Amino acid sequence: MKKTLLLLAAATALAGIAAPANAEAMDKVKACFIYVGPVGDFGWSYQHDQGRLYAEEKLGDKLETAYLESVPEGADSERALERFARSGCNIIFTTSFGYMDPTNKVAKDFPDIKFEHATGYKREHPNVATYDSKFFQGRYVIGQIAAKMSKTGSAGYIASFPIPEVVQGINSFMLGAQSINPDFKLKVVWVNTWFDPGKEADAAKVLLDGGADILTQHTDSTAPMQVAAERGAFAFGQASDMIAFGPNTQLTSIIDDWGPYYLERISAVLEGTWEQQATWAGMAEGHVVMAPYTNMPDDVKAMAEETEAKITSGEFHPFTGPIMKQDGSEWLADGVVADDGVLAGLNFYVKGIDDQLPQ
Amino acid sequence: MRIELKKRDGISTLFAILSPFVALGLTLIAGVILFIALGKDPVAALYSFFIEPLTEIWSLHELAIKAAPLILIAVGLSVCYRSNNWNIGAEGQFIIGAMAGSILPVVFHGWQSPLVLPLMIVFAMIGGAAYAAIPAFLKARLNTNEILTSLMLVYVAQLFLDWTVRGPWRNPEGFNFPETRNFHDYAVLPRIIETGKTHWGFGFALIAALVLWFIMRRTLKGFEITVLGQSARAGRFAGFSDKKMVYFAFLVSGALAGLAGLSEVSGSIGQLRPVISPGYGFTAIIVAFLGRLNPLGIVAAGLVLALTYLGGEAAQISIGITDKVTRLFQGLLLFFVLGCDTLIHYRIRLVFGAAQKGSAA
Repeated sequence: MKKTLLLLAAATALAGIAAPANAEAMDKVKACFIYVGPVGDFGWSYQHDQGRLYAEEKLGDKLETAYLESVPEGADSERALERFARSGCNIIFTTSFGYMDPTNKVAKDFPDIKFEHATGYKREHPNVATYDSKFFQGRYVIGQIAAKMSKTGSAGYIASFPIPEVVQGINSFMLGAQSINPDFKLKVVWVNTWFDPGKEADAAKVLLDGGADILTQHTDSTAPMQVAAERGAFAFGQASDMIAFGPNTQLTSIIDDWGPYYLERISAVLEGTWEQQATWAGMAEGHVVMAPYTNMPDDVKAMAEETEAKITSGEFHPFTGPIMKQDGSEWLADGVVADDGVLAGLNFYVKGIDDQLPQ
Repeated sequence: MRIELKKRDGISTLFAILSPFVALGLTLIAGVILFIALGKDPVAALYSFFIEPLTEIWSLHELAIKAAPLILIAVGLSVCYRSNNWNIGAEGQFIIGAMAGSILPVVFHGWQSPLVLPLMIVFAMIGGAAYAAIPAFLKARLNTNEILTSLMLVYVAQLFLDWTVRGPWRNPEGFNFPETRNFHDYAVLPRIIETGKTHWGFGFALIAALVLWFIMRRTLKGFEITVLGQSARAGRFAGFSDKKMVYFAFLVSGALAGLAGLSEVSGSIGQLRPVISPGYGFTAIIVAFLGRLNPLGIVAAGLVLALTYLGGEAAQISIGITDKVTRLFQGLLLFFVLGCDTLIHYRIRLVFGAAQKGSAA
């Protein structure tokens, strides 16, 4: 077994090396991707696949890619990763939180292959890097838009799982909305899934029936957008630009743009400069992109663009004090900015959210 | 005009043996057509589906790991189905077994001793059996439909696991992510041989299959299972209790499903997560029937089904077909196997006009 591995490593190395002196650089790289959903979900996995295609387009002949879609988290993902590792991949992107331990386990056995895990925090071996995006930056902008556009002064939030990333989003949305309307109301429905059009649509209907006239979601399907369109409400897209599913409904969408990151990291493997790192990038780096602001008056659009520009330039951080926790105690004093460590483990609501955070 | 399935008078032994091979042949032909229609090289596609996973040792280990839970659950189900007890809830028994088995390494993680693993196995089997006892009790006592009750309990188990992993059992050092702490070394199911990844889950599967095969073939209990399955009334005349059989069948299959759950979390995953099974409990139903409810046949069927999963991944990577095609292909295989089996036992008769009883066939 060890032998096959060595042979495989030798073969890939031979194929790639031009001058032995520069042992690390290669002129061809194989990048592999593993997705938790179907590439056609028009959300999370779709955007990762768009990133793959972007890198492919930019690097041309130098890059060969492969992907596996709808890989269940758990034992199956470990096998899929091992298969990738043995099929000549030089760098493997594992694009769901549940792949964290399998990624680290397989990385241990294949020290020459680079592993990149999205949204996790474990980097147990030097060949494992992690990456994630500051989606909450976009949430602040849409929170402001929601407060401007809502007639009832309340929005509905379809949330997946109470993990820090999702809690950040809810809090940031609420802080954005409160900056416009301090009495803004936000209702949250937890659907406990990343992708289930039926459940998401049901949640959307419940929220609209409960008085919300704007929907936002932290799930991956286009169902809430379509429900909002039927009901004549507004909605924000998620992960990809969903304007096609609600031409008169979508106000904007928080787009995950993984293309630049994938290009950068694959290029680093080509050049032999790849190193372990933990990336948490946002608007400034182009990883979080706002879809065109549509279906809103010009002044709202101008406000959104201004906030986006301020966050991009670093002039403003959505989590800047004073911020109270839900129970009324102080979290951040006036002018204090939350540090990334606290945000990465965020497990409480800010004041004003009409929901009990599942604990 | 309508189509009737009529039972054949005599079953051809030759064709009963050939049936799986005929099915495989038909699947290959359909596969070739499918892949040509998709513009892919059919030879390469079929190679990566059926041969490639068998050419490397690591992949054989993965095959055994994937087949283990399917076989373990399916042999238990064969006892149920042979005795006419329709346990559809193995998925839930799998989950509850895994949870019961995880109590020691998760809640009492400070206690590390060689005794942990054997106790985990016992807890898991008791947990799975106890959960299966609910539909058994309801059926034996209240005559409820066990298909419904056992199936509904799957959803209860799934949500209970989800809640537990997000709540009381969440890893305190895990940044709030929904998963338990990792099992310590004493709680991990060891590998069968040091050089490969196959863990004892596969060993358990083979042992369970052999034991149940022996019971069904060579013991009075096996006879009792078959008789009660074919006719409860006839069984009662022979002095067998169909109520006791309900409990026996459910407890055996529940315990084995629980053991499968423990093997999966302890041998493969190493912790509890909100989802620990990609539907093993349901796929095992197919495996049980594919193996014709014979424990040894189930071992073969479990390996074949596991092969299609591995082959599906290999085909996705090597020739770039989508996940959907691989599932379609799995469906084709099952369709032809079950179709061939049916046609060996029944023949198709076209009936023209209104049904006329007693007319010459």
